[in-house]
Amino acid sequence: MILLINLCKEKLHYYEFVKPVEDILKKNKINFFTKHYKQINENDLDKCNKAIICGTSLKDFEYLKNLEKFNWIKNFDKPLLAICGGMQIIGRFWGSRMRDKVEIGFYKENFQQNFLGMIGEKEVYHLHNQYTIFPRDFTEFTKSEIPQAVKHKTKEIYCVLFHPEVRNKEMIISFANN
Amino acid sequence: MKLGVLFSGGKDSTFAAYLAKKEGYQISCLISLISDNKESFMFHTPSIDKTKNQAKVMGIPIIMQQTTGKKEFELSDLKKAIKKAIKKHKIEGIVTGAVESIYQASRIQKICNELNIECFNPLWQKDQFELLEELIKNRFKIIITGVFAYPFNKSWLGKKIDENFIKEIRKLNEKYKINPAGEGGEFESFVTWCPLFKKELKTKPMEINGSGNSWTMEIEIK
Repeated sequence: MILLINLCKEKLHYYEFVKPVEDILKKNKINFFTKHYKQINENDLDKCNKAIICGTSLKDFEYLKNLEKFNWIKNFDKPLLAICGGMQIIGRFWGSRMRDKVEIGFYKENFQQNFLGMIGEKEVYHLHNQYTIFPRDFTEFTKSEIPQAVKHKTKEIYCVLFHPEVRNKEMIISFANN
Repeated sequence: MKLGVLFSGGKDSTFAAYLAKKEGYQISCLISLISDNKESFMFHTPSIDKTKNQAKVMGIPIIMQQTTGKKEFELSDLKKAIKKAIKKHKIEGIVTGAVESIYQASRIQKICNELNIECFNPLWQKDQFELLEELIKNRFKIIITGVFAYPFNKSWLGKKIDENFIKEIRKLNEKYKINPAGEGGEFESFVTWCPLFKKELKTKPMEINGSGNSWTMEIEIK
């Protein structure tokens, strides 16, 4: 059972950033339940076997003002996929800082190692104003100007700056079924 | 939050407006771009000028912005229209009916980002059959006003989007890979009633143009 985490401050953004991920899981008959990040409790963390933190809009950074709601991440020992804003949260917990860079639309990224089924040159959908530089605890998987896909060296924490729910749905399925 | 809806009068932008309202947002204005370019990837829709009639039955002000429709100029015209909406109606975000088009969605995202307002795409990545089914479930009344792909022909103009339409489009999807909700630009639609309308718009065909598999129908509101 996958815990799908909604980061969105605005209710209407659920349809854009969470529902597409729900639809991918539903279509592939993968069990999940969705919770807003402010409502996650210990029971949710116990009953899931994986978690996905969905992204949110370009103007939404409210989750960064509520980082204490994500304290569970440090002790979470199950696979975790963090998308865009989720990647920034992971970065914050490992002491990283965010830097400005606007990327909106389709971009080609080169995956030098297999990252949840993504390898070689792939087109990905970007929607971000900032990115995160990760410490040495994480391995970068793309040859890019800025980190696009990273994984923790010892934990199963996967982070992507792009939105795999747009045109790279197989990456989410790979994470869910791996 | 006060929002402006980028509005073509078709099923997607109208349904996006409906979802925004349903989720408790205030729709402060509609924004329609009237493109002179019939080939425009961004804005051309048959009977686009009839959005003012839809705005009237919704009781929502509308900003109608003319554009030559030349690539990239139309984006500056869109930006002008959104700026007007920010100034006049104090909107803090834009709602679009984008479903699959990265071309449209990313350009609108960039404009909203530059103007420091939110961008909402509540139909983004939605399954196109699910979209059609939800329109019917929510009692939307929609007619086809343009077709632009094989094997469509003139006989599709004026057809209603209903259960039979879904059956027919399912067959075309299986045989010809037609996008069920017309996301590949295969067809355009016009909403004559939805829960946002105070009364139904009665339409009649005014002018039909085209040939082969490409036809448009301009409508008149009775």
